[in-house]
Amino acid sequence: MSDDHVYMTLAEGHEDDTRWAYGTGFEDPLHGVDTTVPEGVDATELASLCVALADDALVSAQRLAEWITRAPELEEEVALANIGLDLLGQARLLYSRAGQVDGTGRDEDAYAYFRDADDFRNVRLAELPGGDFAFTVVRLLVLSSWRLAHFERLASHPDPVLAAIAAKGVKELSYHRQYAAEWAVRLGDGTDESYRRMRKALEQAAPYVGELFTAYDVRDEVVAVLKQVTEAAGLPMPVYRPLPGSGRDGEHTEHLAPLLAELQGVARAHPEATW
Amino acid sequence: MTTSHSAEVPPEGPLQEHFDATISRDQRIEPRDWMPDGYRRTLVRQIAQHAHSEIIGMQPEGEWITKAPSLRRKAILFAKVQDEAGHGLYLYSAAETLGTDRAELTDRLIEGRQKYSSIFNYPTMSFADVGVIGWFVDGAAICNQVPLCRSSYGPYARAMVRICKEESFHQRQGYELLMTMMRGTEAQREMVQDAVNRWWWPSLMMFGPPDDASPNSAQSMAWKIKRHSNDELRQRFVDMTVPQAEKLGVTLPDPELRWNAERGHHDFGTPDWDELMRVIKGDGPCNAQRMQRRRSAHEEGAWVREAATAHAAKRAARAEKGAVA
Repeated sequence: MSDDHVYMTLAEGHEDDTRWAYGTGFEDPLHGVDTTVPEGVDATELASLCVALADDALVSAQRLAEWITRAPELEEEVALANIGLDLLGQARLLYSRAGQVDGTGRDEDAYAYFRDADDFRNVRLAELPGGDFAFTVVRLLVLSSWRLAHFERLASHPDPVLAAIAAKGVKELSYHRQYAAEWAVRLGDGTDESYRRMRKALEQAAPYVGELFTAYDVRDEVVAVLKQVTEAAGLPMPVYRPLPGSGRDGEHTEHLAPLLAELQGVARAHPEATW
Repeated sequence: MTTSHSAEVPPEGPLQEHFDATISRDQRIEPRDWMPDGYRRTLVRQIAQHAHSEIIGMQPEGEWITKAPSLRRKAILFAKVQDEAGHGLYLYSAAETLGTDRAELTDRLIEGRQKYSSIFNYPTMSFADVGVIGWFVDGAAICNQVPLCRSSYGPYARAMVRICKEESFHQRQGYELLMTMMRGTEAQREMVQDAVNRWWWPSLMMFGPPDDASPNSAQSMAWKIKRHSNDELRQRFVDMTVPQAEKLGVTLPDPELRWNAERGHHDFGTPDWDELMRVIKGDGPCNAQRMQRRRSAHEEGAWVREAATAHAAKRAARAEKGAVA
């Protein structure tokens, strides 16, 4: 490499250059996919489904981003960022699809930045405060197990766009679940302290798990995964006593509004700006 | 673990000669080659400082991932900060080839025994800072680092090739953000100019003190660890940045900045070296905050690392028991 050339070419166009160390998921999985809503698909229902799945992903990505510069080890810094980026990528595609089919023509940022907490449809588990690494692992295990099972079914959804997004997501989510499961086993089996923290995290998450099981029949599959992982980790399977209400109906904990205030603050302070 | 070489024993003649010959032929020193203690120490210090800078450098920008004003910018910034963690990993690995492991280097950072680049002790006040950091700070880092791709120590040189490619991409992303903001609202243009005003001088200080006050430079140049002097690199950065600033439509905050046709370079003002010394000594605006964050992440993560170690030991013991049974 010459001493100068990377710097000298700064201001020129480099649209084809994607030199990230780990990738960003910026490639367009919808390239060539027909975006008209197929006959027999209810556009309103499709849009609601896309928004709910996008909200789960965006809120989860926001919580994962909070780990940056705070992770227990550099490898975890990289891995949590990777997972956050995957989810952010899924959210962007799903919001875009919602905007195409709900008749509003809104773009991804309109959904992310210009809706209030009671318009968000994410499950409450995603919005709970970060907590410790054990809680992050438990939450990721639950959410990725559910989302993977759900996306595997959505990959054959009659809407070709949602099906393509889901098919891409399956690969990502398999890694997320694997990562969470490996850490759950390490922490459950590790030391007295890590075991204690994992038990506490499972108890904290348990009341919010039932909220996931509304659409599609994935409950048995998810529960089987959780059972397998907790057994391998030597942890007791938590008892699910679902809380009343659901984030899917816009009923949230007190933690969502501050999360959104941080996410949306700059964009809302400059509504006319382009970024 | 550190190397057990005691301070400057007289070098063994043939080994030293072989080392000197390798350097003078512009060939690379590899981890298993003999090298003088001073060369090894200098490299560990420089590579570690570089690795620490990547890790601490995640903080000023990392603050803005959760606040980025569009999802596209959020993804770009998230990926950039992740890349910095990756750069830290490659560099700590390069330092490990010299016999000093990552845990030891992390301790030296946390205990304040090793430094990181003083630029990261300045605060990020608006989202424009993310763009200006990409443009100036990654730009200055590239100026410093591209020559290091030819550094005499093989593992360091190879790590730098990869890092420079990625950083040049980060720099373009930063500049592109600023271009977009300059085409936006008046408030956005003001944010960009304000960020330029705050980051310009600290960025010039990234090349280190002037040559006549840089104690380690001469030896590093002789060993070809370093290839250009601080002042040469600083001049190169200024010359490259001026036309970019014009194209962007911002003013660099230096009344003495002008083209000198005779020299074929830009003349520019003198950075406040006292400020640099204060920041290096720990009195910058964010030194305490940066160190505190790194320390608390390390301490709060201790139970996780201990659990992973304990699990690995238990697994190994179970596997052994299984093999015996």
